[in-house]
Amino acid sequence: MNSFIVACLLLLLLGFAYQAGWSRSRQVAPASGRLHSRPNYHGSLVAIWAVVPALLILALWVLFGDTASRAFVMAQLPPDIRALSGPELNQIINRVNQIATGFGVIGEPAPYESAAGQALREFRTLSFAFVIAAAAGTGALGLYLARSRITARFRARDEVERVVRYLLIACSVVAILTTIGIVASLLTEAIRFFSFVSPIDFFFGTVWNPRFSTVGAGSGEYGLLPLLWGTLMISIIAMLVSLPIGLMTAVYLTQYARPKTRNVVKPVVEVLAGIPTIVYGFFALVSVGPFLARIGSTVGLDIRATSALTAGIVMGIMIIPFISSLSDDIIRQVPRAMRDGSLGLGATQSETIRRVILPAALPGIVGAFLLAVSRAIGETMIVVLAAGNSPYLRLNPGEPVSTVTVTIVNQLTGDTDFASPQSLVAFALGLTLFLMTLILNVVALYIVRRYREQYE
Amino acid sequence: MANTLSPVAPTAPAPSETLTKIRSGLARRHARERRFRAYGIAAICAALGAVVILFSMILMKGVPAFTQAKLTLDVFFDPAIIKVDPKPVRAPDQSAAAYERARLDWERQVTLVNWNRILEAAVRAAAPDIEVDTRQALSIVETSERFVLRDRFVADPGLLGQTVKMDLLASANADNWLKGNIDRSLPDTQQQLSAPARALADRLKEDGTIRFAFASQIFTNVDSRSAPASAGLAGALMGSLYMMLVVIVLAVPLGVGTAIYLEEFAPKNRFTDLIEVNINNLAAVPSIVFGLLGAAVFINYFHLPLSAPLVGGLVLTLMTLPTIIIATRSSLRAVSPSLRQAALGLGASRMQMVFHHVLPVTYPGILTATIIGVAQALGETAPLLLIGMNAFVAAVPATPLDQSTALPVQIYLWQGNENRNFFEPRTSAAIIVLLGLMIALNALAIYLRTRLERRT
Repeated sequence: MNSFIVACLLLLLLGFAYQAGWSRSRQVAPASGRLHSRPNYHGSLVAIWAVVPALLILALWVLFGDTASRAFVMAQLPPDIRALSGPELNQIINRVNQIATGFGVIGEPAPYESAAGQALREFRTLSFAFVIAAAAGTGALGLYLARSRITARFRARDEVERVVRYLLIACSVVAILTTIGIVASLLTEAIRFFSFVSPIDFFFGTVWNPRFSTVGAGSGEYGLLPLLWGTLMISIIAMLVSLPIGLMTAVYLTQYARPKTRNVVKPVVEVLAGIPTIVYGFFALVSVGPFLARIGSTVGLDIRATSALTAGIVMGIMIIPFISSLSDDIIRQVPRAMRDGSLGLGATQSETIRRVILPAALPGIVGAFLLAVSRAIGETMIVVLAAGNSPYLRLNPGEPVSTVTVTIVNQLTGDTDFASPQSLVAFALGLTLFLMTLILNVVALYIVRRYREQYE
Repeated sequence: MANTLSPVAPTAPAPSETLTKIRSGLARRHARERRFRAYGIAAICAALGAVVILFSMILMKGVPAFTQAKLTLDVFFDPAIIKVDPKPVRAPDQSAAAYERARLDWERQVTLVNWNRILEAAVRAAAPDIEVDTRQALSIVETSERFVLRDRFVADPGLLGQTVKMDLLASANADNWLKGNIDRSLPDTQQQLSAPARALADRLKEDGTIRFAFASQIFTNVDSRSAPASAGLAGALMGSLYMMLVVIVLAVPLGVGTAIYLEEFAPKNRFTDLIEVNINNLAAVPSIVFGLLGAAVFINYFHLPLSAPLVGGLVLTLMTLPTIIIATRSSLRAVSPSLRQAALGLGASRMQMVFHHVLPVTYPGILTATIIGVAQALGETAPLLLIGMNAFVAAVPATPLDQSTALPVQIYLWQGNENRNFFEPRTSAAIIVLLGLMIALNALAIYLRTRLERRT
């Protein structure tokens, strides 16, 4: 309710300030009618001057209001209560808050509680009125100052444009803040994890068994290698599936297919890219896994329903459109002259593709391949559902494995207590994952860019 | 020309050794060409086959789940079982609070009535000749239906002593049995329903008491653990809707602002290079890393509530931001320079040029970028698991700060349910809903794009 009132007041202030600036600029316009800026810029500038200070004051209240009211409650309580420690004190403060809001509390409130509640209620009303008055006051002051600056030659447009420009810069800083946030949060939590487990044990350990480790004594039980091996194996299988299919699809669609076929097939293949990964995971778990297990038992191989093979094949299907559309772009960038030259010398189409086009496009395709690998490494839901979650070093792809991403999910879901190595390890794993994908991406983007420059 | 051809002509009639060599080589080369082409076609068939298999499997599994077994029973509100006081009426001198208390007391009384006995009597009355005990009779009706009876009675206490025809949900096990999801030849020990209950279900199906009707509760009910047949997606849909709103409100202005700054205003310096590299890398960071960021920053540092759509929306915003930025930039880049030069030449400032002339032309592109980003966010699961959105929530969230799940997370939760026979189709149905939403979003994008492009 309060926030609704505040929002309405702000809107009123905004409209009023805009109107004030607009009409003022019309007044000061000389007889010849030449203002430097059009009235709507004057209006906008006055509105900015009025609303921004008011918003700042409200923001300060949002940030520090709770601290202030808590301090006030503390001041109202008798000294012996104030001396209580954390949870009990919090409980009493909560009770006082509830009395103040009028919800009532369980049990009979102690006299000091109801007194404090009463005082808090008054404090709240007063402080709310005070904050509103202060915001309105500064808003009005800003409005007045900005309005008095308006003259015919006043460059209101330039100032408004400067504000807009700062806003745009602020938008682009969000991207940097995100990266900083990722790196900082991963690093700080990972460092806390490494205070429990030494980095050497983590990066070179071959046993993954976090459950039974007691704090500090878990040497060798947080070994990354089994997880890394699982990730690697699934990625290799995925690339074995997606690279030939994706590349041949791109080759056929760019070199052989008629435009009509291409226009139908390309979007349909790209549908695969839009399907949520959880759907692939379910598909792997319910259809592909049992199917592979049945094939395995008829051939005489022991393939589990949830295994590296299942997850890898389905992930490969997911990556097909990624490879095919990237390679499609790259193949089409190969200069036509190279292709025509080869055909003119009597090479068949497939010879042209294999000996001229693909070698020319190779750097780009390698870049696409690396990008695809980085996607495979970071993919989560397919492996959570279909890889079987069994963190052991095994060579057989028909056996269940576990990956870095699966382990992050397992260690962190439903656990918000960031004090034990069991949950902190997720951040160390996240850091590993982030670095691996970062390196792959940087290398891939570099190669792709170099390739593009070569033919432009 | 004739000169060069003439020496060849005499040798042509007599096939020399080189010529046969060439001919046989040519045949081999053409065979290789055909083989290569066949590989291409095979690759395309594999990719298209994957699309077809995936969709047909989901549809085949999921479509039956949209109908569900329902019983039409004559329910007798037996005064011998429902022994409650008459519903309190507010006396003229009674305070609102006192009346509320009396009403709640009465509702508590009603809840304590043994509604199962009334259900049991209704089931027995429908097939009086089949011998079943209480458990068996009740096992074919979903456990949540007793609350349906209670609510009906609370709404209309005049039903006491009357018989009403009511549509009630059959239990998940009965639904499985009747749909044939369970192998009917399995021995008793492996069946979820006892033999008399199965006979009862078959009998009721035969005489039309049980029929298959559209399972509207998939859309109207929230998730349920104790009564799987009544579990629905309402909470998850609402949670996803809130997250989409947060994403649209935050990601679109931020993304478009960043794109405008980078493309139109940013000077070429280190800072803008840094932002660009950043955005390209963020676009390829695995989604689960954004979940780690959310867990560490939003939950652990800012103490935002767990499982809240607001936090989910924030994480997804950061994740989709690069998509929107990159797509908006490419549509800004596609605006012809003549438009900019014309605007600048007529005396517009750069800000006016961008906002009045360039940006309106890119609306279709920005719109498509937004919808692609939102669709991507809608299907994302992994980061949501890390911020607690996989908690079991049996309520529709009223605000973005309430506990909630999301559509893909609900799919994840359902696929893990122990009652596989029932939840595999149910999960597929949820996937159909999710894919339907995504297809609708993409269709909307295409429709709006063509409309807007025609106008400009």
